[in-house]
Amino acid sequence: MHEFLRREIFFLRRPLNIWSRLLLLLAAGALVAAIFLPLWKIHLVAPQYAEGLSLDIYSHKLVGGNNGQDLHEINGLNHYIGMKTLSEADFVEMKWIPFALGVFILLTLRAVVFGRMANIIDLGVLFLYFTAFSLGNFYYRLYSYGHHLDPRAPMTIEPFTPVMIGSQKIANFIQTSLPQIGGYMLGIYIVLLFAALWLSRKEMP
Amino acid sequence: MNTHKRIPSFAIGALALAVLAGCNPPGQKASSSKGSSDNAASRTFVPPGEKDKYYLFYSGGHSGQVYVAGIPSMRHISTIPVFAPYPATGYGFDEETKEMLGEYTWGDVHHPGLSKTGGVYDGKYLFVNDAANNRVARIDLRDFKTRQIIGPIPNSSGNHGSSFVTDNTEYVLVATRFSVPLPKGRYADPKDYAKEFNGMVSGIKVDPKDGTMSIGWQILTPPFDWDLGSTGKGPSEGWAFWTSYNTEMAHETLEATATQAERDLGAVVNWRAAEQAVKDGRVEMIGGVPMIDPAKTPGILYFLPIPKSPHGIDTDPSGRWIAAGGKLQPVVSVFDFHKIKAAIDNKDFDGDFRGVPIIRYESALEGSVPVGLGPLHTQFDGRGNGYTSLFIESVVAKWKLPPWSDEEKADLNKVVLDKIDVHYNIGHLVTGASDTTKPYGDYLVAMNKLSKGRHLSVGPSQPESSQLIDITGEKMTMLYEAFTEPEPHFAQIIRADTVNAIEVYPRDESKHPHAVWDAKETGVVREGNRVEAKVIAIRSRFIPDRIDAQVGDELVIHVTNIEQTTDMIHGLGIAEQNVNVVIDPGETKTIRLKLTKPGVFPFYCTNFCSALHQEMQGYLAVKPAEGLAANP
Repeated sequence: MHEFLRREIFFLRRPLNIWSRLLLLLAAGALVAAIFLPLWKIHLVAPQYAEGLSLDIYSHKLVGGNNGQDLHEINGLNHYIGMKTLSEADFVEMKWIPFALGVFILLTLRAVVFGRMANIIDLGVLFLYFTAFSLGNFYYRLYSYGHHLDPRAPMTIEPFTPVMIGSQKIANFIQTSLPQIGGYMLGIYIVLLFAALWLSRKEMP
Repeated sequence: MNTHKRIPSFAIGALALAVLAGCNPPGQKASSSKGSSDNAASRTFVPPGEKDKYYLFYSGGHSGQVYVAGIPSMRHISTIPVFAPYPATGYGFDEETKEMLGEYTWGDVHHPGLSKTGGVYDGKYLFVNDAANNRVARIDLRDFKTRQIIGPIPNSSGNHGSSFVTDNTEYVLVATRFSVPLPKGRYADPKDYAKEFNGMVSGIKVDPKDGTMSIGWQILTPPFDWDLGSTGKGPSEGWAFWTSYNTEMAHETLEATATQAERDLGAVVNWRAAEQAVKDGRVEMIGGVPMIDPAKTPGILYFLPIPKSPHGIDTDPSGRWIAAGGKLQPVVSVFDFHKIKAAIDNKDFDGDFRGVPIIRYESALEGSVPVGLGPLHTQFDGRGNGYTSLFIESVVAKWKLPPWSDEEKADLNKVVLDKIDVHYNIGHLVTGASDTTKPYGDYLVAMNKLSKGRHLSVGPSQPESSQLIDITGEKMTMLYEAFTEPEPHFAQIIRADTVNAIEVYPRDESKHPHAVWDAKETGVVREGNRVEAKVIAIRSRFIPDRIDAQVGDELVIHVTNIEQTTDMIHGLGIAEQNVNVVIDPGETKTIRLKLTKPGVFPFYCTNFCSALHQEMQGYLAVKPAEGLAANP
């Protein structure tokens, strides 16, 4: 046990070599991209909407397809089942997520400069927590939009949760939801962190 | 199943068919009255969900409308209302279209003409004439809506010889079928027709920026009853041609009196010279229009003798050959524009008529092609062939354009290459882009005046028949037959990919001063006796859905369809107020009503929109006029 703790402290004190630092720099770049690129896409297809209606979710905004028109259309359709209007202003996470990503970018740059294994571990732990919280929050949002339906709405449907990854049928629509390039950037960030760790695992302090 | 019994009955059937086939009355061909084969079916079949290759814009004749169909399916796709109200799209019920229609509720749409750039279709506008009330309308192909109606054109009557579009849509050229005493509104005895009546050729100027039409100039002519025309191209660019059918200047029983002359005088117009004359001020202003007297301003109008009681005159894609169909003579007269030009330059004239030189017929004619009985109009395939409709014979004749060999010239029967029966009494015919420098050359639509017996009986009011013919081969092939309401005269065919139509009016482009896009901006405001409502229509409600007013009020409703989705069209019909407007996505329309009776008048969405379309309704509540008892 004593030996393990000694090795752990030793490992956390390992310096990061040039390759690891370069990868961290790339990782910071991936987060910059994630702020500006779409994270997730929700796509709805029905017989009379063969071309589909799409909604792109960014860290800081909600963008309907067809020059924003699809968002109006989705809201128009949702009013029939009493779903709350999707409005960017209601999403407080579109304010704190870009902020949090900015903090991660700064911390990643800090790790590039400080060059300690411990910095990567800190980043990894915090980022996994951030990701898990964000996904949980996303799921909660989907759940709550699908479950808090206005009882006075023209159509009464069984409350539902729109699918987060994959496809499902809701009334006459096939809803598909998948991560987009910004979302993949968040995954790439984790991979780059791990690669940076791996490349410096044997560096001597 | 008893097969023994079936074999003999089959044999008898075959025998009967053989006998019938031998029993065709003389002159009736067995094959051509039916579409030729399964092959024809496959060539016109556009499977559900797939689209046609071409638009066909039919004139709707005295329906006042334009019909849109697809080729090769010949399916009717939509109707564009032009000169007559059309409740289906709310045309003629809102203030804007009511103002365009003016005092008329019908028109006679004859000859649609597509706009061109550089001698080919540009897909921007379709111009159509109203032969009855002397108007020209411009349909914008961005939204397939009538956007302007100009007219009644001053100083003229019977705008039949139109709408012929110049190579770069500088002008839509028009000529009068009827002549009247000028200035309009003046009385003269029709007995003094030759002396007191005049015809007119007019240049309708088209603004290159937005297509707005205005009267550019007019040329005063004798009262000849101008007929069809066409614009020049290539060597004849800058010129235009019309036939006439009443050089006799008869004013009664024209059937006999106007068919006496062997040749009628056609018009050869140098429209660029007319334009220049206006610039130089060599005109008189009459009725607010610059008018050219061709006797005083030479070089603009020439007469060309054309046999006999001619109808169509069509310039070929090269611009050199001009084919005129003489209704009462079984030939197409083919003129060579080079010869016409040489005759003009060399003053090779056969005298003049009222100061306008008559080009010597023999000097201009290239040859007379014996196509058959009752030749009317000619269209072209761009491969050196003409296709002429033969009204009396009920045939389309294919013939070879000049230049002809000496052997062919010796017997022009040799240049008549093929004939195909049509059903029946063909008037106009159209090939794709025939009036451009680059015809498509694959399809021809024959527009037949009589459809009798070709369709399920619909009683004495009969539709017209339109037949699709494949002209890609040496022989023409009958492909399909469709029926339209009265009455296609001419038509235009344009490639689908040349037209770029929008399907919603983008909100950003909304310029209507009374458009509202948010429920918060809607409302009803009273000012004196005027009640103005700003309403939005969206699935599945009107906001507001109650409008209060009283008898004697003028009610103005501005209704905006705030949808931005294709085909999410709403209507606003008000019960017993004789009004229905249809509002396309992103469109705003204005209704104006004088309220004359008290009561509650339900209004509702007339154009089916959504699952709760039926619920999309409201009330116009009209109180009795103040001072009157509520319930007398």
